[in-house]
Amino acid sequence: MYSVADQSSDVAAAINRQLTNEDKLRFLQEMYRIRRFEQTSLKYYNLGRMGGFLHLYSGQEAVAVGTVSLLGDNDHIITAYRDHGHALAVGMGMNECMAELFGKATGCSKGKGGSMHFFAPDKRYWGGHGIVGGQTPLGAGIAYALKYKQLQGCCLCYLGDGAINQGPFHESLNLAALFQLPVVYIIENNGYSMGTSQKRSSAFKSSLAERAEAYGMAWDVFGGEDIYEVRARTHVAMERARREYQPTLLEIQTYRYYGHSVADANAKKYRTPEEIEEYKSKHDPLRIWSKRLTDEGILKEGQAEEMDQKAKEEANAAVKFAEESPYPDLDDIFENVYWEIDHQTEGTRGTHFFND
Amino acid sequence: MPEITYREALRTALDEEILRDENVVVIGEEVAQYNGAYKVTEGLWKKHGDRRVVDTPISEAGFIGMGIGAAMLGLRPVMELMFWSFAYVAFDQIVNNAGCIRYMSGGRVHLPIVIRGPANGGTNVGATHSHTPENLLANNPGLKVVTPATAYDAKGLLKTAIRDNDPVMFMENTLLYGEKWEVPESEYLIPLGLADVKRAGEHLTLIAHGRAVLTCLKAADFLAAEHDISVEVVDLRSIRPLDEETILQSVRKTHRAVVVEENKPFCGIAAQLAAIIQEKAFDDLDAPIGRVSALDAPAIYSPPLEKRQLPDPQRVIAKVLEIC
Repeated sequence: MYSVADQSSDVAAAINRQLTNEDKLRFLQEMYRIRRFEQTSLKYYNLGRMGGFLHLYSGQEAVAVGTVSLLGDNDHIITAYRDHGHALAVGMGMNECMAELFGKATGCSKGKGGSMHFFAPDKRYWGGHGIVGGQTPLGAGIAYALKYKQLQGCCLCYLGDGAINQGPFHESLNLAALFQLPVVYIIENNGYSMGTSQKRSSAFKSSLAERAEAYGMAWDVFGGEDIYEVRARTHVAMERARREYQPTLLEIQTYRYYGHSVADANAKKYRTPEEIEEYKSKHDPLRIWSKRLTDEGILKEGQAEEMDQKAKEEANAAVKFAEESPYPDLDDIFENVYWEIDHQTEGTRGTHFFND
Repeated sequence: MPEITYREALRTALDEEILRDENVVVIGEEVAQYNGAYKVTEGLWKKHGDRRVVDTPISEAGFIGMGIGAAMLGLRPVMELMFWSFAYVAFDQIVNNAGCIRYMSGGRVHLPIVIRGPANGGTNVGATHSHTPENLLANNPGLKVVTPATAYDAKGLLKTAIRDNDPVMFMENTLLYGEKWEVPESEYLIPLGLADVKRAGEHLTLIAHGRAVLTCLKAADFLAAEHDISVEVVDLRSIRPLDEETILQSVRKTHRAVVVEENKPFCGIAAQLAAIIQEKAFDDLDAPIGRVSALDAPAIYSPPLEKRQLPDPQRVIAKVLEIC
């Protein structure tokens, strides 16, 4: 319908021209932080230090870092269960994130949410949601509240390519278009909904984002390996949301290096080693950004290695923090269930918990 | 004191809360221009306009989830479900999002949302439209469940629910919408978790919620007149939080209890109450706890049969006579 190609490329490029060298270097550091955090959490997952699932973001870093870098004071984000990258990109600390994975009381969700349920409302990051597509109506709702309050802001709502076949996602698109909500849906298309490839899971003509046509909604498809590209094209959608209260469906093509989750027993069966290697060698967002910054004369020799080392140290320190942190107490099980109980309001009546 | 219908009581509560708090917004199918499928919201759109009273498409998972997202940012959405039966297509949004987000965020998020609408059988609309999900939802810590039986309770509880900072599932009854009760014009609030003794008695306690309370009151009249049995009727009003104190106090006084519900018996509200009473007041009981529930099958369409599927005064009376 309206792709970014129709928009003035100047508008798109201007958002990148504003970047300082410090900004550009910071993006690289942030991507290293995500990469190292994920590698470190994988290591300790395999050592049995954490439970549940672990959906790693490695390979997709430029999407979170690029899009989050565009957030203004009234912009919010919400995502699915592959949520560590977005959490770190909005500025959450590795300590609170790692401690959450370890199930510790010092975790961002006090050990009550786990890997899939990171939250930082103070950073306008509304989770971290475990059910595929379940966050998409919430993204519309955040946008609804922004518009209701007449704020010039938008909500970035991320989902995977596997989520696009869930009913609530389609309902969300309809509501977003119907009510003209300032939401940008971002399909991070890593090609696989768990072990099922895009071709085996979705009916589509040219792209997944094209489904927006059915709702009269703007859409765009582009690669997610280059931060400049991610920022330029996402910026257009965000401006459409902020200024015109119009939603957009973006599809950003990316790739994950690991399985759907660490528990994905078939992680090496539904994709060939060559396919994974091809992405790592030719499309790795860290390599691509490093090369760009080197070409621009911003990144000095050895600086990337220093950043990586710094991220590695931060991740290791986070593990130490997590290991030394206490688990929640048994009594903590009953905290944060009801606002009313947590705040012991005057009018609180009746039994809220039914234990023996 | 003026008499108004249960429907008018709900409408007045909505109207007052819309005026009181800028963040209150009524959202649902046909709530605005159509004036409400059951006319609960009649006139509100005309009075308050598009911003405060909002029609949605038939899209429960979508708009309930949208309301939850809006609540994250501080709105106080009052979402109407045309029937609570339709909540089943929004179950993930209600249970996982409204019910669990506060917990999974370690208390960093709270969700001041009300989801309201009728949850009852007895109107010959078949099983799909006759569900009573109070037990399903009360089974989820994080959610609150409220079931007013009278206009007075409906108004006072709805106003409290809207001001509550937790998600409140507010279950009404289409068979009560047209019934009248005395309701004061001045403002009042009824706390959640506070039961109401609708009739005092000596020999046995009937415990009920929603329309079953009225069934119990009819049975109590008959038992007093024909059998000289003095029955106390406890209206739960709120299922979760639950006023255990009032229930146990009554049972300790009468030593006999029958729990009556339009819910299904298996893992229903009455089953839970029976468990609580025997755990906490076993020594006070002079007889086994009785239960009267909807007959345990999907709601039948056939009008005369559906009437019999739900508890009626006769079944309550028979159960009381069995244990008195």
